[in-house]
Amino acid sequence: MSKTFTLTIDNTAVKAEPGWTILQAADAAGVYIPRLCGHKDLVPHGSCRVCTVLVNGRPQSACTTPATPGMVVDTATDELKEHRKRLIEMLFVEGNHFCMFCERSGGCELQALGYRFGMLSPRYPYQFPVREVDASHPDVMVDRNRCILCGRCVRASRDLDGRSAFQFVGRGPEKRIAFNAADGLGGTDIEAADRAVEVCPVGAILRKREGYRVPIGQRPYDRDPIGSDIEAKAAAAAGAGEED
Amino acid sequence: MATAAPQTRKIVIEPVTRVEGHGKVTILLDEERKVRQARLHIVEFRGFERFVQGRPFWEAPVLVQRLCGICPVSHHLAAAKAMDWIVGGERLTPTAEKMRRLMHYGQTLQSHALHFFHLVSPDLLFGFDADPVERNVVGVARKFPDLAVQGVMLRKYGQEIIKATAGKKIHGTGAIPGGGNKNLSIAERDGFLKDIEQMLEWSRGALKIAADYTAEHLADLADFGSFVSNHLGLVREDGAMDLYHGNLRAVDAEGKAIFDQVDYRKYLEYIEEEVKPWSYMKFPFIRSLGPDRGWYRVGPLARVNICDAIDTPEAEKARAAFMELGGGKPVQVTMAYHWARMIEMLHATEKIRDLLNDPDLQGEDLVVTGERRPVGIGLIEAPRGTLFHHYEVNDRDQIVRCNLIVSTTNNNTPMNRAVEKVARDHLEGVEVTEGLLNRIEVAIRAYDPCLSCATHAMGRMPLVVEVVDAEGQRVGRGAKGVSLSAEA
Repeated sequence: MSKTFTLTIDNTAVKAEPGWTILQAADAAGVYIPRLCGHKDLVPHGSCRVCTVLVNGRPQSACTTPATPGMVVDTATDELKEHRKRLIEMLFVEGNHFCMFCERSGGCELQALGYRFGMLSPRYPYQFPVREVDASHPDVMVDRNRCILCGRCVRASRDLDGRSAFQFVGRGPEKRIAFNAADGLGGTDIEAADRAVEVCPVGAILRKREGYRVPIGQRPYDRDPIGSDIEAKAAAAAGAGEED
Repeated sequence: MATAAPQTRKIVIEPVTRVEGHGKVTILLDEERKVRQARLHIVEFRGFERFVQGRPFWEAPVLVQRLCGICPVSHHLAAAKAMDWIVGGERLTPTAEKMRRLMHYGQTLQSHALHFFHLVSPDLLFGFDADPVERNVVGVARKFPDLAVQGVMLRKYGQEIIKATAGKKIHGTGAIPGGGNKNLSIAERDGFLKDIEQMLEWSRGALKIAADYTAEHLADLADFGSFVSNHLGLVREDGAMDLYHGNLRAVDAEGKAIFDQVDYRKYLEYIEEEVKPWSYMKFPFIRSLGPDRGWYRVGPLARVNICDAIDTPEAEKARAAFMELGGGKPVQVTMAYHWARMIEMLHATEKIRDLLNDPDLQGEDLVVTGERRPVGIGLIEAPRGTLFHHYEVNDRDQIVRCNLIVSTTNNNTPMNRAVEKVARDHLEGVEVTEGLLNRIEVAIRAYDPCLSCATHAMGRMPLVVEVVDAEGQRVGRGAKGVSLSAEA
């Protein structure tokens, strides 16, 4: 494409197209920048800050910052990696995340990032918040114990499903996901097949009666760490280059 | 109640040892300083029945198995069996049922091997009074290295079976409401078939050790920690042993049925639990006989006693030899638990061999569902005995009530009786001697209780024994594996 331009990510020149974010440019180049609130089919939100990178030396969220010609991006300095690990640890202690019996274990992006970053145990004290489960819908349930307030469901329901079934309410520590119905999730018009259900990165929004159907060993992150699919592109490109 | 006045009795709960499995025994004396009663205090408190409330029902088999790290498969399967009823999927597909059975026999093999080789063999090989420095698994490895290796390899084989069926060796996810989530690949099957003859050979060897030991020492063992009791367990419709599924049967000391072929979903009509103020563990009993006469034993001894036959040839032959010990009645020798346990280990190994040769394990049809129900009850014969899981689920798919009667709870009164018997026979004066401590430990261990699994492993179950006189004053005390100064 004629308007394609070049920027530098981790000391490598990569191509990008107008309108791309740094995250999109990195994905296309096979450089994995960890993310939680970001999702390829959703408008960027910039809330989790896990994708923070250095843009010309300044910290910026890769999911919301447009890529521009000549930009110099560092995605994985020691400081950035430490910063991301701390963010993940804070998310773990802020909610009630019991991986050992959670049905999203092995497919959970938060857990997968914990593994990828080598998190053994959080350095912050567990908060043990009291959070509610809403099982009032016949086919979908929400377990707020595991919600990380990424807002993917809010955007997916509004922009992809055309329902706006989810919304944030409250502020600060009181912030939580609420439903567009007085009587809870069961009063909304969401369906089990909605994208809002599918995009939840953790075990907060679940299709009922489907847990544990995928055996251990075949779950998304059982074999390869999160981000491997993106990094495989770079490896494949490098392999092809060597053959030329 | 015994004469110890509650207001003067000192209850000590030491938090560190508590979580690792801590046995505490109080021996209560009468005015003539004779043993009046012995109490085995169980101070572990788990709380699963409460914190499973509100959770979605399909989570229970994975959540509740966290009760234990030794036999989680039992809880996993008992909960899954209960959830089968919730989803109307109790008639499992052949592949799902056989995968679950394979998982269960793998677990029986590994748990019985662990208990026999690792925990019990030091007592049998070195004698009750041998120096604890030698009387442990390391001592066995030093003096009987072949035997130690067999124990490790048998357990490993069972654990690998669990991994192949549940996904992980500990705390897997293989059983789901109405079925399972995987079958057995040809490669997995062939990997197990390669070693099955060796496992059978070692299981036979272990059975021989247990049988010969009992026969040789029968004069001493017959009375050791022994007493007459009822026995309870699941049996198949034809009366044969079935560790995975069956109906409830209870027999009295004469071997006569107290009840038989009871649908286990009606267990509450037949069994009740009594609470005593000095233990967190309840005391179950058969309703029709009441708490004083209705207590019963579960586990290997009970299962071999109550069944009419075992459907694998080698274990059946061993059962016939075992039953001669009782002379036509149930065997009441506490130490015969070990022999019965090894009969079951051979049975489980034979079952594994038969299942591995069954092409149903490669089937693809894994889950069935039907009419949704609000109550699910699942029973299974866990390595330590009959395990009860009972759930009520609301129309939002959340668990609202849960009742668990675990195997060791069923054996609560029998363990107390065993300790009492040992105390009567071996307490001289008020001094808690090393010999008494050893014998109490050996008697408790016959039941393979779950309370002591962690530190028990190195032959150092923390055990405190106190002797309390008729006025409620502590007059004797002894301990092993725990510091009394830290305790007091």
